[in-house]
Amino acid sequence: MAKRSVLGLFTNEDAAADALDSLKGAGYTSSEYEVLTDTPYPEGTFGEAEPVHKLFRWPLIGAVCGFIVALVLTSGTQLAYPMVTGGKPILSIPPMTIILYEGSMLGAIIFTVIGILLESRLPRLFMGAYDTRITDGYIGVTVTTEKNKVENAEQVLKDAGAEDIKRGWE
Amino acid sequence: MQEHIQIDDNKQINNDLLSGVLSWPKWHLAAASFLALVIATGLGAYGWELNKGVGVAGINRPVYWGFYLANFVFWIGISHAGIMVSAILRLTQAEWRRPVTRAAEVLTLFSLLAALSNIFFHLGRPWRAFWIQPYDFARGIWPNVRSPFVWDPAAIGTYLIGSSLFVYVALLPDIAVIRDKSKGKVAKTVYGVLCLGWRGTPRQWKLQAVSGILLSALVLPVFVSVHSIVSWDFAVQIGVEGWHSTIFAPYFIIGAIHSGVSAVAMVMALMVWMWKGYDKYIRPDHFDAIGRLLIVVATTWFFFFALEFIYAIYTLEEPELALRELQVLQWPYGFLFIVFLLSSYFIPIPLWLFKNVRKSAKWMFWTTILVNIGMWLERFLIIIPGLARRQAFTFDWGTYHPSIIEILLVAETFAFVALGILVFSKVFPLVPLFDVKEGMVFRDEIKVGRITVPASIRE
Repeated sequence: MAKRSVLGLFTNEDAAADALDSLKGAGYTSSEYEVLTDTPYPEGTFGEAEPVHKLFRWPLIGAVCGFIVALVLTSGTQLAYPMVTGGKPILSIPPMTIILYEGSMLGAIIFTVIGILLESRLPRLFMGAYDTRITDGYIGVTVTTEKNKVENAEQVLKDAGAEDIKRGWE
Repeated sequence: MQEHIQIDDNKQINNDLLSGVLSWPKWHLAAASFLALVIATGLGAYGWELNKGVGVAGINRPVYWGFYLANFVFWIGISHAGIMVSAILRLTQAEWRRPVTRAAEVLTLFSLLAALSNIFFHLGRPWRAFWIQPYDFARGIWPNVRSPFVWDPAAIGTYLIGSSLFVYVALLPDIAVIRDKSKGKVAKTVYGVLCLGWRGTPRQWKLQAVSGILLSALVLPVFVSVHSIVSWDFAVQIGVEGWHSTIFAPYFIIGAIHSGVSAVAMVMALMVWMWKGYDKYIRPDHFDAIGRLLIVVATTWFFFFALEFIYAIYTLEEPELALRELQVLQWPYGFLFIVFLLSSYFIPIPLWLFKNVRKSAKWMFWTTILVNIGMWLERFLIIIPGLARRQAFTFDWGTYHPSIIEILLVAETFAFVALGILVFSKVFPLVPLFDVKEGMVFRDEIKVGRITVPASIRE
């Protein structure tokens, strides 16, 4: 069933935090509501659950992949065209190390960025209930839930002091 | 003590920092046209070189490397500071970084592209540049991994991709602001796609903060490796006395930081003068902070320069002494050597010791320009005299005179970087909006005895 979302706009942090408390009290789970801001507030400012992520695994996996690709490229190409230059061995470790290092770092960086986007739940095709005033400093509290629970969520947000209410769909 | 920005309103921050994006500053078009003209002239010169061959440049036997390579090393150096300033300041959570990081990162991107273009100017047959890639499945001929000219593209490619992604990830929240502020449908759609549907949830902000630190930690080692590898283009050659030195890697890195941090200070001054409202965010205290950083960096660089020079003459080997004599005492290199030393160290350092100088955008602008003139000359003095010295078994003793083609192409790279930053500033804000806003959240004032001082709260 398609979900519906509702957004309440607040002008200060305390009111937004109260709204979250009220939503919790009304039986909404932490996966159903979110705070939207244009500023990175300290964690837990609004009493929201601490986001859990596994970003630190991504660079490690990327580095291993990058290292393997660089190893195949450096050793494979030299073995495929085994021309001795400057009396050095075909698989000359010191120069290979440079390419292996760069390959590992490139893999780590690319995987980290992919990890950042996926862990941030991006790209997001549908914005749901959203208002451009959020980037002007308003604090948005959005509830994404089943259609029959939206009315109640809207009332909770109004009661908590939302300046404006908007609806959207996921 | 840090001065603090006197604005609390997010709307005001958006309006100030997006003024260049959402409207056309009058000088923008004129400046862009002039820079485009310089670039077009440079491209014309490059077309001439492609048609006639690389012989139209002033390089000859035995000076095979000239302006293009000196300029390449210079731009690689500039590119280092951007990420270095941004990454180190992020890792150390220095408060004064907030308005500075984006411009520094963007400078890195365009400097790297300018550096890359110099390689193409220098190639006799640039259309074969792709031979450096391991692509040739048909003929079975592969690049020689033992050559520094294969290390270079690997390192620079990694750095370019890494720093581009670094800039993009940090831009996401600001692109979302432009998406919300844009009036036109096309602009809204383009920015909407670019920001990937950013909404500013606590999860997204947390990942943004972690990514700033994680990517900084990953890009910093790459930044160190890139200039080391560039220095090895020279240092692994045993035939040129002035180049074959084990100190080259750290010496090049610290030189890059010196020229690069100076370039960031210069861009900061330009931002204050050219973009309306930026002076509220880039304060005299920011110039003071970067000035103090520059004193440390410049002095460390000078230490390495002195070590390199003293160890070279300490050997008392005849070819090395002859090279140093050419570098320091013979016309025109001797004159350039004096200009290099004065402009990169002996004039700016005593000036930066004065707080009034460090706090002045005007003084910092001119002194940092001076540093970069000196650092460009440093690269010139490393490359050209090393090759120009007469050696046994060298049967052609041509000297080096840069041709007009080389001068136009060097000018083109400067115009390219300036135009790149200008165009970027038209599309994206040069000061990170969310970083400035975060600074506001953490800002406070505390009372100590009878005075109230600004403070910054940290988690």
